[in-house]
Amino acid sequence: MPIIRFRLNGAPTEVDADPDGSLLDLLRGRLGLTGPHFGCGAGECGACRVLVGDHAVTSCDTPLWSVADKEVTTLEGLGTPEQPHPLQRAFIAEQAMQCGYCAAGILMSAAALLKQNPSPSEAEVRTALDRNLCRCGSQNRVVRAILRAAAAT
Amino acid sequence: MSNAAPTLPFSLAANPRLSSWIKFSTEGRVTVSPGKVEIGQGIVTALAQIAADELDVDIARVQMVRATTVASPNEGVTSGSLSIQHSGRALRAACAEIRQIFLAAASDRLGVDAGVLRIEDGTISGPGNVRTSYWELADDISLDRDATPGAKPKPIAERALAGQSAQRIDIPDKVFARRRFIHDTALPGLLHGRVMRPEDSRARLVGLKEDAARAVPGFVAVVRDGSFAGVVCETEAGAEAALAALRKGATWAQGDTLPDESDLAAFLKSQPVESTVINTRTPSKPGHKARTLKRQYVRPYIAHASIAPSCAMAQWTGEDHVHVWTHSQGVYLLRTDLALVLKLPVEHITVEHLEGAGCYGHNPADDVALDAALLAKAAGGRPVRVQWSRADEMTHGPFGAAMAVEVEADLDAEGEIVEWRHSIWSNGHAARPGRGKNPTLLAGYELESPFPVAISGNPPQSGGGGADRNSIPLYDFPAWKIESHRLLTMPVRTSALRTLGAQGNVFAIECFLDEIASERGEDPVAFRLRHLKDERARDVIRAAAKRANWKPAAKPGSGYGVGYARYKNTGAYCAAIAEIEGDEDIRVKKLTLAVDVGEVINPDGVINQIEGGAIQATSWVLKERVRFDRQRITSNSWTEYPILRFSEVPQVEVEVIQRSEIDPVGAGEAAHGPVTAAIANAVFDCLGVRVRNLPITRDSLIAAMELSP
Repeated sequence: MPIIRFRLNGAPTEVDADPDGSLLDLLRGRLGLTGPHFGCGAGECGACRVLVGDHAVTSCDTPLWSVADKEVTTLEGLGTPEQPHPLQRAFIAEQAMQCGYCAAGILMSAAALLKQNPSPSEAEVRTALDRNLCRCGSQNRVVRAILRAAAAT
Repeated sequence: MSNAAPTLPFSLAANPRLSSWIKFSTEGRVTVSPGKVEIGQGIVTALAQIAADELDVDIARVQMVRATTVASPNEGVTSGSLSIQHSGRALRAACAEIRQIFLAAASDRLGVDAGVLRIEDGTISGPGNVRTSYWELADDISLDRDATPGAKPKPIAERALAGQSAQRIDIPDKVFARRRFIHDTALPGLLHGRVMRPEDSRARLVGLKEDAARAVPGFVAVVRDGSFAGVVCETEAGAEAALAALRKGATWAQGDTLPDESDLAAFLKSQPVESTVINTRTPSKPGHKARTLKRQYVRPYIAHASIAPSCAMAQWTGEDHVHVWTHSQGVYLLRTDLALVLKLPVEHITVEHLEGAGCYGHNPADDVALDAALLAKAAGGRPVRVQWSRADEMTHGPFGAAMAVEVEADLDAEGEIVEWRHSIWSNGHAARPGRGKNPTLLAGYELESPFPVAISGNPPQSGGGGADRNSIPLYDFPAWKIESHRLLTMPVRTSALRTLGAQGNVFAIECFLDEIASERGEDPVAFRLRHLKDERARDVIRAAAKRANWKPAAKPGSGYGVGYARYKNTGAYCAAIAEIEGDEDIRVKKLTLAVDVGEVINPDGVINQIEGGAIQATSWVLKERVRFDRQRITSNSWTEYPILRFSEVPQVEVEVIQRSEIDPVGAGEAAHGPVTAAIANAVFDCLGVRVRNLPITRDSLIAAMELSP
């Protein structure tokens, strides 16, 4: 199998893997990164979103070949308890989840939004998250958290 | 005050051993082991608050232990909005007694009267600078003793944590990608399994070619027993590939015929049923019936649709001991059914809880645990992780039962209600594991020697009821008769989904009342208040109405509606006011709710539950309906089973009425019924159309308009 090279959470990464395999399988499987979550396997729920460059993509239906030479960021790469991303700080402050399974993907969609639009309106936040599903009904808290993070940066 | 002898709280009476709830370590930690589990509702935090408060320790010292059949108190199932009621009260009483035990021991050791000792963050001190601590005394005091009734918890005024919005203890892990979910849990030597389920409902597997699956790299085993078939592989991707290969080699016999989804009421009312009179009230003096109004309300089957597919792990030791990791709501109940299927004594099975995604009732969490146990048997002692597909999650788990509710009111010449009748046709709303003589786990129905399919039942009214939950009017009508007709056939698998029958019944009652009030030209809030004596009920309705400025002036294209219920007739009080915009489609703009759960342990936790419940109910009302043709469930993806999206979510405002002096009840299911009715009533206010078939979609609006005079 061919070698695929990309940067993962800032570190150069090289894998020998099927280029048509999904990015999520690689991340959760061989690379052991469980930040991105499997939800549907069809790019419909958004629990698996990661950043490729500045865009949030559903890693479950992103083929590996498409991230060659790109920068991939998962929730693990967003921030740490010592140096949290403003979104992570804001999600805690707003208690912006119930179960939190979808939050991994939502945080990445939100991170992409703030990269592209550092001061979004509430309507822009909702539109940006329309392809992330939350079943517990935490959407309004999530929107508040993202607006809080935007205001803090 | 009653003079009756004090009794232990429900869960403590069932599990009186104090050490099963609380342990102290000499290193300054207190371990709390509730039998209830975290399902995204924040219960673990609320219970930590109660324990820390009652013991007077910093909440940071509290370690919450996940439920396991090895050590945890058996608290049945985490359901019915009972966790605060059961676990919370038990913990408070246990901690109050433990505190006294330690104070007495400290008094002995320090030679100071217990009455002058105080506890601060676990340190027990008294006059003359004498001190000891829970941690110092831990080794000398055995909590292997039974709780005694009558332990006095702290006075309300001295509670420092309960009543405060403590931050959830699980949230930091979840934002920093630390492994917490069962889906993310790694075990040494972990293998991956997948189970092949039929596309057609209950189709039987009659032929299976295994060669292609066996050729997949990393293949470990194929397991086949009757219609149950699955694969085990070294990797998850391998397991998926082997499953796909297995599916190509499978031959199925035709399955069961499903009902006509376009006329659920006709189906429900044509089946053999078991009929029960739930409640009657006879009038003190007969009213004068001038006419009778009769309406029928229908709710469809509703999917749990958890955001994560169900997942479990299992590992065998030898032939006859198995350890199962699960996100089931009831570890002991699951163990009971696993024992029946695996033909093992329960002591040979350990069931341990790990968090899953948000859970709203009996979803496939239990089914996948049996799947894992069956596949792991072929794994030579290595652990096997099984995860369902999205499609299986949406089609093979139990659904919330469809309901047809007929409501009739006899009205006198002034349009006042003199008699009320409420009849429900529905499958049962409960087929949880561990409660019957046969197991209710899916694979158990598929084996070569299958267990009979359990037709879902209903808990009795004393347990909150099932299909009949919230069917008994909360209003002071002079007479009523409430009946429930439980189907004895079950072509679509049903079991407990958040609120059981309450959403359907409250929808029917509150919409019918709205119609009666409207016919009388009476304001629906005033009408309700006129028929309610309970001040807590009146307070939530008045609070919601006040906060929503009831009733705002009419605007073209907008409408307002109200709904109220006390969940289970004994739980939380909740009133909801919906503001909608409607034309061809309905958009819910704002929900204003008021809730009374008695004592509030974590105000933000209560608001989170009510807010989440209100949004989920909006999703049910506007979007959700399990779809099927005559052979199979067809709503097998998020495209076929859409739920509310961020841009469609209404603003939600929640007012919590604090009643510290009243024992707390749960909040998780209080909002669904009131919100459902409030939206439907707002649709009438906006468009003049009564939609009595859920969900309220463009199609159901058109159908209702065609039926309108």
